[in-house]
Amino acid sequence: MVKNIKAEVKNLTFSYDKASTGRPVLNSVSLPVHEKSVTALIGPSGCGKTTLLRCFNRMHDLYGSVKYEGKIILQPSGFDILSNEVDPLEVRMKVGMVFQKPNPFPKTIYENVAYGLKIRGIKKKSYIDDKVEDSLKKAGLWKEVSDRLKASASALSGGQQQRLCIARALATEPELLLLDEPTSALDPISTAHIEELVGELKKTVTILMVTHNLHQAGRASDFTAFMYLGDLIEFGESSQVFTNPKEEKTENYITGRFG
Amino acid sequence: MKYKLRRQLTEKLIEFILFLAAASSVVITFFIIYTLVTEAFPFFKEVGFKDFIFETEWTPLFENAKYGIAALVSGTVLTTTIALFVALPFGIITSVFLSEYANDKVREVFKPMLELLAAVPTVVYGYFAMQLVTPFLQKIFPDLSGFNALSAGLVMGIMIVPYVSSLSEDAMRAVPQQLREGSLALGASKFQTSFRVVIPSAFSGIASAFILAISRALGETMVVAIAAGLEPKFGFNPLGPTETLTAYIVQVSQGDLPQGSIGYRTIYVCGIVLLLFTLTFNVIGQTIRHRMEKKVK
Amino acid sequence: MVDQSQARLMKQIKFLKAQDVVFWFVGLFVLAGAFLILFALIYDMAQTGIPRINQEFFFNFPSRFAGKAGIYAAWVGSLCVVLVTALLAIPLGVATGVYLEEYAPKGWFSRLIELNILNLAGVPSIIYGIMALSLFVYQFGLKQSILTAGMTLGLLILPIIIVTTREAIRTIPNHIREASYALGATKWQTVSSHIIPYSFGGIMTGVVIALSRAIGETAPLLTVGAVAFIAFLPTAPVMATAPYVSAQWLMDPYTVMPIQMFNWISRPQEEFHVNAAAAGIVLLSMTLVLNALAIFIRYRFRKKYKW
Repeated sequence: MVKNIKAEVKNLTFSYDKASTGRPVLNSVSLPVHEKSVTALIGPSGCGKTTLLRCFNRMHDLYGSVKYEGKIILQPSGFDILSNEVDPLEVRMKVGMVFQKPNPFPKTIYENVAYGLKIRGIKKKSYIDDKVEDSLKKAGLWKEVSDRLKASASALSGGQQQRLCIARALATEPELLLLDEPTSALDPISTAHIEELVGELKKTVTILMVTHNLHQAGRASDFTAFMYLGDLIEFGESSQVFTNPKEEKTENYITGRFG
Repeated sequence: MKYKLRRQLTEKLIEFILFLAAASSVVITFFIIYTLVTEAFPFFKEVGFKDFIFETEWTPLFENAKYGIAALVSGTVLTTTIALFVALPFGIITSVFLSEYANDKVREVFKPMLELLAAVPTVVYGYFAMQLVTPFLQKIFPDLSGFNALSAGLVMGIMIVPYVSSLSEDAMRAVPQQLREGSLALGASKFQTSFRVVIPSAFSGIASAFILAISRALGETMVVAIAAGLEPKFGFNPLGPTETLTAYIVQVSQGDLPQGSIGYRTIYVCGIVLLLFTLTFNVIGQTIRHRMEKKVK
Repeated sequence: MVDQSQARLMKQIKFLKAQDVVFWFVGLFVLAGAFLILFALIYDMAQTGIPRINQEFFFNFPSRFAGKAGIYAAWVGSLCVVLVTALLAIPLGVATGVYLEEYAPKGWFSRLIELNILNLAGVPSIIYGIMALSLFVYQFGLKQSILTAGMTLGLLILPIIIVTTREAIRTIPNHIREASYALGATKWQTVSSHIIPYSFGGIMTGVVIALSRAIGETAPLLTVGAVAFIAFLPTAPVMATAPYVSAQWLMDPYTVMPIQMFNWISRPQEEFHVNAAAAGIVLLSMTLVLNALAIFIRYRFRKKYKW
């Protein structure tokens, strides 16, 4: 499988505390993210996979001073996400994110999807209407909600809410979509829906996904990165990582010997 | 066996004593309603309900007595409205600032100071309004009389800012962090997140804060008694003197007031009207708040 | 087509950043402004009042001559009234709080009491005053006495004490109760040796704040007939002859600090306004000291227990 590289992590070392001299949370991680494909981050709790994901849209910057060393480059523009000169707002406008627990705003379904456009200062109603419809269709939610766009988002089921959050992120046409364990709060049927949706979305969007669920990583991803204690242990095509891991730690993890 | 019995008895006795304490709060409410109603009741035998509502003059202690409650109610509404014009914007700005913008250090400086603002005795605020704010305002509005609704209302507004802001800040802080992250992850600024996501999410809490603040302002006494003048007048002129229900009660009860006289009765009549107003806002405010707390859980 | 170009994006980001900075300053300005105004007012009052504060001011009775008038009767009266208030409101309030949190079965009755307390907290203080006028002064025949005043303020601050007691108790995690019951303790043993001691800091904070409110409260005492012109102190509680103690002081007439101040403000002569400013400074100091004490207690106890 040959794909262009959409984003590239280069020697990323990250600590929550600027003054910290101890072991960093991420230790010199390098990783390519291929365009229009799904890359899964797996590993035991505390391995740094969510921390890595949250570096991609600078969410850590919200909680005080943190230390990034290394780069995350978006291609083809060569835009360095972690650069000090880059405003986190700009990063977040380019990189969308969906969280563990569905977090729709207590507004209408329409307002939720339109939110990202409105905060970018877009006011043209016809454009927003089209975008809302388009994003809801992409998120596979249009058929269920087209007749009640003005209803409150909190009336939707958990799985629908999560698809709404995906639609909300899609509306702003992100260059990269981050999914942080998007199904961990959902029931099996909703989970299957989301996985199916991820498979559909990768035709148009580049996706980086953290997951706890190895089956999900195996089923839904094209590439898999295994992390352990802040190190990237192994990266490869998912078929290879799951059937024929090169590293012993990877093998132990996917065969359930720890984690 | 005997020991066990004694232990059980003590337990029951203590529980009973504590129960009595809790029940006493209901007794207090009963006494409030009972005294207000029984002391005011004879008033309505003498004064017709129609005059009470539609008359616009309130001169119960004059020879030619008139009992138009509207005069006092208009004064109360006027000063409360002025106070809200100060308390609402300032309360919202401070609570957004403290809950969404300020870091822990800034918050730890300002929060206790806000509490101190709330601790200043109302009679001292009354002094401020009359001795300092009125002379200052007179430079801006030369027609402002020495006693006026404007400076009393403004000072009252400042007085209830801490109350509004602490209740609304509680409501904003109860908004789950995931909602903020959801907004910020889309590239929203703090300002957009605060005003488009946090405030709408905390809306019922903020609304109840405002409604409870209205109830506070309606019942506030000393500032208006000192600075607003003691002239019952039907009308809404902020630059002139006025009198509120509370100020009237203070004014009349300072004189010699034989029990059972018509003057004595009128303070209970004003008390009932005042209580009806504040209770209404209080019940609405508490209901909204209670619903919000349930929803958050 | 809507322009999604990089240049437009950067413009929008610049705007958003500027908006954030502006609001940060607006917030700071409003808060700092409010305090500045308050400090200016206090400063002004202090300038007028402080020259008047000397030993005579503290130990003179009120007088027709502004220069000779003092606050002796007022501060002694305030202390006596607050003592009565505390004796009534603290046990009653804490007991109610404990009952509602630890004993009351969840049902219509406790919901009724709860609602009732919330509404009592919203009743304007002047209403307590006219209730006390009818009930304590006339029906109970307690006249314009320290006892009447203390009881009136006691009822007024009762809801504050109940609410803070409950909040303090609620911070104690359930496993503490379970640990105590598991050892065979009865409910009262659990309450008296765990719940009350652990929530003591929170309860005391609420009590002190409530008492500071009582010291500054004016309106209800005006209606129950506090008199500003009192040229004597309450009867001493101890005597040289049998029975050595006396409760007569409870039935004495009185004045308190805020009433004294109100009386001086209400006079037309400017010299009395100077007295009012001086009394205001003393009164403000009393309440601020109590509030600082409350903040200190809260800080001390917050550090003491970590669940």
